[in-house]
Amino acid sequence: MQADLTLLGFGPEGWGHVLLRAGLMTLAVSVCAFALGLVLGTLVAWARIAGGRMTRALAEGYTVVLRGVPDLLVIYLFYFGGRQVVTTIGTALGFEGPFDISGFVAGMLAIGLISGASQSEVLRGAYQAIPRGTIEAGRVVGMTRWTLFRRVIAPQAMTTAIPGMGNQWQSVIKESALVSVTGLVETMRQVSVAAGSTQEHFLFYAAGAGIYLAITTLSDILFRIAEKRSLRGHVQGGV
Amino acid sequence: MDIPFLRDILGQLLVGLPLTLNLAVLSLLGGGGLALILNLLRLSRVGSVFASAYVFVFRGTPLLIQIFMIYYGLASFGFVRQSVLWPFLREPYWCGLLALVLNDAAYTSEILRGGLRAVPKGAVEAGRVSGMTRATVLRRVILPIAARQALPAYGNEVISMLKATALVSTITLMEVTGIARAEVSSTYRAVEIFLCAAAIYLALSLVITRAIGWLERWLSPYNFGKTQ
Repeated sequence: MQADLTLLGFGPEGWGHVLLRAGLMTLAVSVCAFALGLVLGTLVAWARIAGGRMTRALAEGYTVVLRGVPDLLVIYLFYFGGRQVVTTIGTALGFEGPFDISGFVAGMLAIGLISGASQSEVLRGAYQAIPRGTIEAGRVVGMTRWTLFRRVIAPQAMTTAIPGMGNQWQSVIKESALVSVTGLVETMRQVSVAAGSTQEHFLFYAAGAGIYLAITTLSDILFRIAEKRSLRGHVQGGV
Repeated sequence: MDIPFLRDILGQLLVGLPLTLNLAVLSLLGGGGLALILNLLRLSRVGSVFASAYVFVFRGTPLLIQIFMIYYGLASFGFVRQSVLWPFLREPYWCGLLALVLNDAAYTSEILRGGLRAVPKGAVEAGRVSGMTRATVLRRVILPIAARQALPAYGNEVISMLKATALVSTITLMEVTGIARAEVSSTYRAVEIFLCAAAIYLALSLVITRAIGWLERWLSPYNFGKTQ
């Protein structure tokens, strides 16, 4: 047991520093992917609420496809497929290979795209929960569409969307473990490497699980605080 | 567009479909059973703590790490290698299935819990008053109401389990994704092959969505504006 703790510690024999850095990498990939998902999700939700027939069909197709295909396959497609595309273009332009794309970028794009599909559902639900009267009232007092969005729609939708967005963030963190297949050194990849080189498989996978649990628990607490704060001024117990 | 190549690839990928479906169906069955047990455990205080901790751990960590922990991690304990379970825990199939079952149980138990909480107290009391035994109330009143309530969320869980089976390809199982991965490393045509595999999963999940929607309509026609 003593030896186990030295392995996980920050001493010269320990993997503590490396695991910490890997944990930060997990966070970095997740934050970028979530942000991309938020942008895509907002656009898609907008298209589904206010788009014409074509944009609506496109947006719906996007959500159906991305929610029906395994995350791992999407990451593979972006990483290996991306490399294939880059190679084709690069060769056509006359550059010398070999070509490669970074696991970080491929993973971020793939997870962002997947998360965008789910986030759009959350945002659309939140928009639909806004009382119609408030939007009409805004129009009546002469707000422009942008002011209406900024002062009436966004604040109300954000309040209802927080719990759903919290769930989406949790799944992004868990999906980020799949980016390890591209060789990006985040938590999952780092614990595999450590487990292989020390032959302490269970110990390091347990440590990895601990890192993920710490991240998910901490973010859960933060989202709860955000939810509470966003409900200030509302009737208590009414929500 | 290289149609003969695509047809060839599709044929090869479909060889993995039975394993994908096998894993998905068995993990849903096992996970559903375990989820029911977890919810029964919640009736006692100690059991409730255990169930909460179980759900917390399995929902808070990625499935991939759970699979690796069972496949590589358990083997590093001497007593596991000497136990009667070793012939099973040595096989990637059983390890993958075990991880999927344990993971599915955590999510399904939460869905079921939500459904059970939605059962009106009055319905249970009415059943008890009219002389039903506890088991009959469970079978004729509680579970039917809870199942109807939980069905939409459970439909999403079925689809996410179907997608989750792709992860066992990382421990050398040759289901659809595993075959796709192997084909890519021998032909280097990643885009075509992975898109083919994606199409298979997409078709399956559309079928599941339809089936769940039909089931919902059949179980609760009053929610869809139909009266008998």
